[in-house]
Amino acid sequence: MPDRKPSAGSLLLGLIPFVAMCFTVPLWDRIDPMLLGLPFNLFWLIVWIVLSSLCLAIAYRRESGRRKPGEPRP
Amino acid sequence: MSATAVSLAAILLIVAGGTAIGFLGAARRRMNLEEWTVGGRGFGVALVFLLTAGEVYTTFAFLGASGWAYSRGGPTLYILAYLTLAYVVSFFLLPAIWEAGHRHGMQTQSDFFGTRYGNRYLAAFVSLVGIASLVPYLDLQLTGVGIIVQVASFGAIGRTPAMAAATVLLVAFVFAGGVRAVAWVSVVKDALVLLAAIAIGIGVPLIHFGGIGAMFAALAHAHPRHLTMPGATTGLGHAWYVSTVLLTALGFYMWPNVFAATFTARSADALRRNAVLMPLYSLVLVFIFFAGFAAVLIVPGLADGDLALLAVVRRTFPPWFLGVVGGAGALTAMVPAAIQILTAATLFAKNLFRPLVDPALSDDQVARLARATVVVLGLLSLALAAFGSTTLVSLLLVGYAGVTQFFPGVVLGLFWRRATTPGVFAGLIAGVGAAVLLMLMRHDPVFGLNAGFVALCLNFLIAVAVSLLSATAADSPAAPSRSRAWS
Repeated sequence: MPDRKPSAGSLLLGLIPFVAMCFTVPLWDRIDPMLLGLPFNLFWLIVWIVLSSLCLAIAYRRESGRRKPGEPRP
Repeated sequence: MSATAVSLAAILLIVAGGTAIGFLGAARRRMNLEEWTVGGRGFGVALVFLLTAGEVYTTFAFLGASGWAYSRGGPTLYILAYLTLAYVVSFFLLPAIWEAGHRHGMQTQSDFFGTRYGNRYLAAFVSLVGIASLVPYLDLQLTGVGIIVQVASFGAIGRTPAMAAATVLLVAFVFAGGVRAVAWVSVVKDALVLLAAIAIGIGVPLIHFGGIGAMFAALAHAHPRHLTMPGATTGLGHAWYVSTVLLTALGFYMWPNVFAATFTARSADALRRNAVLMPLYSLVLVFIFFAGFAAVLIVPGLADGDLALLAVVRRTFPPWFLGVVGGAGALTAMVPAAIQILTAATLFAKNLFRPLVDPALSDDQVARLARATVVVLGLLSLALAAFGSTTLVSLLLVGYAGVTQFFPGVVLGLFWRRATTPGVFAGLIAGVGAAVLLMLMRHDPVFGLNAGFVALCLNFLIAVAVSLLSATAADSPAAPSRSRAWS
């Protein structure tokens, strides 16, 4: 039986997008520098949408690795 | 052909085509209760993706996101953050919900509470709050159809006839095909929304300003404060942003319809893969934002910001394209409305009527009652939307704060063995009560924080404290134990 609780490493990967897109808002909520023609805050969020997906993809690999039957737990 | 006729033809073609695919997708399936509510638990990654996308991108996303960009500016960015973070939460939460659902044959959110906490009053309270939150949401979708079709048809179809036609169609395909039909209508809807959003988001800045960069430069020059928080508002600053993003990211999957969609998945793995993919799909909203921001300079001074997107499209594109946007917009309202109506009807028949009025009903009888309820709810919502007022929007916000209060009961129920029925019930009542009181008495935001978020914190504290104080967790019949009766 796989453990239902996600591993601490995967949870940390999930925490990264929260820090980047939510808690740090005073640091990146500004217009300049405009990148690729976008205000900085919008640009930042777009980049982090992609990076969030990446974080989850890594967590997915970790979780499915844990789940393979017969594989010893790390 | 006149502009009206062209646009009208495009709208009708799209709505008819989308509805037909819904009927076909669910044809030749034997409709028992489980097939109707959760698609026989057989959806793979593709159908789960379509259903999720179908539910997420409502008229609120389509008109609301651009409307906020137009009328409020910077604060609208919270939508990009909360959707992405909602999927991050779903990656960790949904597989556990799915496993519990798979093990115990759950079809609704109320089933989850009933099984985990073994208290039918708690389960009934959860269905009641769920239904009460869904009805204004449903009405908002119908109102959205009315607005979109009216504007896109150059006024040829009035709001009420448009709403009536949409209600009849969506009640018909929900009645016949259940959740599977909804997922299939989503195929047409999402393909069109994707194309329309990209065309609008690139086309509008290009035609009026020569490009997206030039548009933002012009906007930053004309309204330097519009693009950051609090933008054109006074109260929506960074504290509001953080608390609102947290509330909505945690609460998103607590909507009864979104929660129940978890049970349609074939496997927990399909849900994890979906969570990895979904953030990328929210990039579509970026294009909607472009149109909303461009509208600030192109069609300034609109009384209703929600009309900004359609106004700017009408100003920029030929009538046939306005028709396509209108058709896509109509489906964007109908798909979420369909799943909301299905969920509310199931909650009523399975989790309120059967346990409290007639426990002897069989599953097939519950299924018949739920389908009949779909018709009743459809008519009721249509009447509310036709004669209702703008207070619906504020009711919806109360609904959002309300459903989010399910979060502690779900998370503690899944991952904390010591969560007890009194604890979760007390927290839920306190949370719902606080949210409703604060919002109806207009204390939102409270100290710069989202009122629903404050209620959620209270709820969590009470749930944990009362759980620790009340009897041992082992007393609760379905509590997870080391013997893994629950897990």
